[in-house]
Amino acid sequence: MGKTLAEKVWDAHVVRSAEGEPDLLFIDLHLIHEVTSPQAFDGLRDAGRRVRRPDLTLATEDHNVPTFDIDKPIADPISRAQVQALRTNAAEFGVSIYSLGDIEQGIVHVVGPQLGLTQPGMTVVCGDSHTSTHGAFGALAFGIGTSEVEHVLATQTLPLKRFKTMAVEVEGDLPEGVTAKDLILAVIAKIGTGGGQGYVLEYRGKAVRALSMEARMTVCNMSIEAGARAGLIAPDDITFDYLKGRDRAPSGADWDTAVAYWRTLVTDADASFDQIVTIDAASLSPFVTWGTNPGQGVPLSSNVPSPSDYADEGDRVAAASALEYMGLVAGTAMKDITVDTVFIGSCTNGRIEDLRAAAEVFQGRTVAAGVTALVVPGSVRVRLEAEAEGLDKIFTASGAEWRNAGCSMCLAMNADKVAPGQRSASTSNRNFEGRQGPGSRTHLVSPQVAAATAVLGHLASPADLPAPAGV
Amino acid sequence: MEKFTVHTGRALPLRRSNVDTDQIIPAEYLKRITRHGYEDALFSAWRKNPDFILNDPRYSEVSVLVAGPDFGTGSSREHAVWALQDYGFKVVLSSRFADIFRGNSGKIGFLTAVVAHDVVEQIWDMIEADPSTEITVDLVDRVVRMGDLEAPFEVDDYVRWRLIEGLDDIGITLQSADLIGEFEAKRPSYMPTTA
Ligand code: SF4
Repeated sequence: MGKTLAEKVWDAHVVRSAEGEPDLLFIDLHLIHEVTSPQAFDGLRDAGRRVRRPDLTLATEDHNVPTFDIDKPIADPISRAQVQALRTNAAEFGVSIYSLGDIEQGIVHVVGPQLGLTQPGMTVVCGDSHTSTHGAFGALAFGIGTSEVEHVLATQTLPLKRFKTMAVEVEGDLPEGVTAKDLILAVIAKIGTGGGQGYVLEYRGKAVRALSMEARMTVCNMSIEAGARAGLIAPDDITFDYLKGRDRAPSGADWDTAVAYWRTLVTDADASFDQIVTIDAASLSPFVTWGTNPGQGVPLSSNVPSPSDYADEGDRVAAASALEYMGLVAGTAMKDITVDTVFIGSCTNGRIEDLRAAAEVFQGRTVAAGVTALVVPGSVRVRLEAEAEGLDKIFTASGAEWRNAGCSMCLAMNADKVAPGQRSASTSNRNFEGRQGPGSRTHLVSPQVAAATAVLGHLASPADLPAPAGV
Repeated sequence: MEKFTVHTGRALPLRRSNVDTDQIIPAEYLKRITRHGYEDALFSAWRKNPDFILNDPRYSEVSVLVAGPDFGTGSSREHAVWALQDYGFKVVLSSRFADIFRGNSGKIGFLTAVVAHDVVEQIWDMIEADPSTEITVDLVDRVVRMGDLEAPFEVDDYVRWRLIEGLDDIGITLQSADLIGEFEAKRPSYMPTTA
């Protein structure tokens, strides 16, 4: 019987396997950042161990770096200590690091792909659950905990139990104005936040094949929000075109050898998945969350649901408490929900294509009175690219703030926070209680919806906007 | 790593499902760079509410957490396990755990035992009837015992073996260092490096 893509990548990395034990899997790329690594390096030091493959390890500062005044020392003493610890550890253990101020600095999941470091068929890990982003390249990429970070540092391997496989078939074409973010929010609402547990999801079907690399990263990024370990998409010409010529991509004869191998990285016709979920792309529309987990989403054109809409007792209880936390009344039109803050950025939607999409909406329009809009590029390269295209001018002209690269208001570990009780429309991936600051209320949206919401002051899509000034 | 065979102690009935890691330990605590001392961080947002169960003096000496389904969803932060451990918990019982949380727990010798949800309900009722009732989690026999109740729990075989032996993960892997070297020698040269 044939193999699925995930099984092929897995099998190509087994260093050791034994009955009843997890497989020992080789790791091709280990990305680290300041939050989940200090204790891992502490553990190495305690045990007198070294980093086995510093040349397969890369550190970047992202989670709690400031997005303004980046030439000054980090004001928050704890953030400063964490970033300093990463620098000290990288130097002591010989690991490459992109620090604040470096042209390659940025969110770890934006940096790997844009350097061409993330390639088809690789195993990629990082002490961060959104490592699934890299699956967009047909890599098996997943988040790990700090003790696993220590394990990979010391051995370049991980003992792992095989994941189950789930096909997410998205048939047909996405309608005009429906984005990758809407697609993945709809997938999560369908599968549920626990539905993907133990699985690696493979996104397939015509609508997925049609997505750009950046859109594929948005989709794979949120696999974890359906509970999955990883999500991936078979590499194709879109993948190869993206990689070609990038800094760390193979070149010359190596390129041809690599591509020949990458082309084999597809699920065989006679392979079987443990589970199959089918979605009709044509049925999708802009999708937003109303509750406190990413599975609590509805079409933007619909209403806030009522707990009584749910058959399952647990879902009813969860819905009631989410409504209370979010300060929402069942039956309210989603488009009547007003926001205080709009955040455009994160490893879900902080890439150049996302910023272009947002800028197109902001062009010739202004941010509504009383709304703070923050645009945070995912990396310094994205920032520079956006500036070269003049996107920053569009953002600032419309009244949005243009910041430096980092995770920023995605998890509010730096100074960028949503105030208690305030409401945000955010292009990030998590709407948990307090995620964007204590007491913050988050609605997850696409960049286009975020921008339209900033302009109108309530949840909206570009289709709801009057024509821009001067057009 | 400490060995885990049988643990007996008082339990905390946490009648909530989908307890995500942001609730177990909010992101603000992730800035610390130490490996211990997270007891104050555990459920810190909820603990601000005086009615939260952990603030109830009858549950001041708990070491077994009994939670609703989908415990540990969300962010992969291992601090969630450290906070539970530092607070004094030795085991969490639930009918379903998030994978990453479960993996993180096993690696540092923290037991996540999967019991049927009706067992969770029974245990909740028993604890609430008398918070001083002790519960025994027997990893050797894979059962929980409380009063007249005896119920099996699920735990991964490999994780169980390592918990019982108190074996460190990295040490086990390094026994295969030669195999890792052989694998490395065969990797295609076009694969990227970060150097
Ligand atoms: S942008 Fe948000 S989700 Fe992505 S790595 Fe940073 S904190 Fe995590």
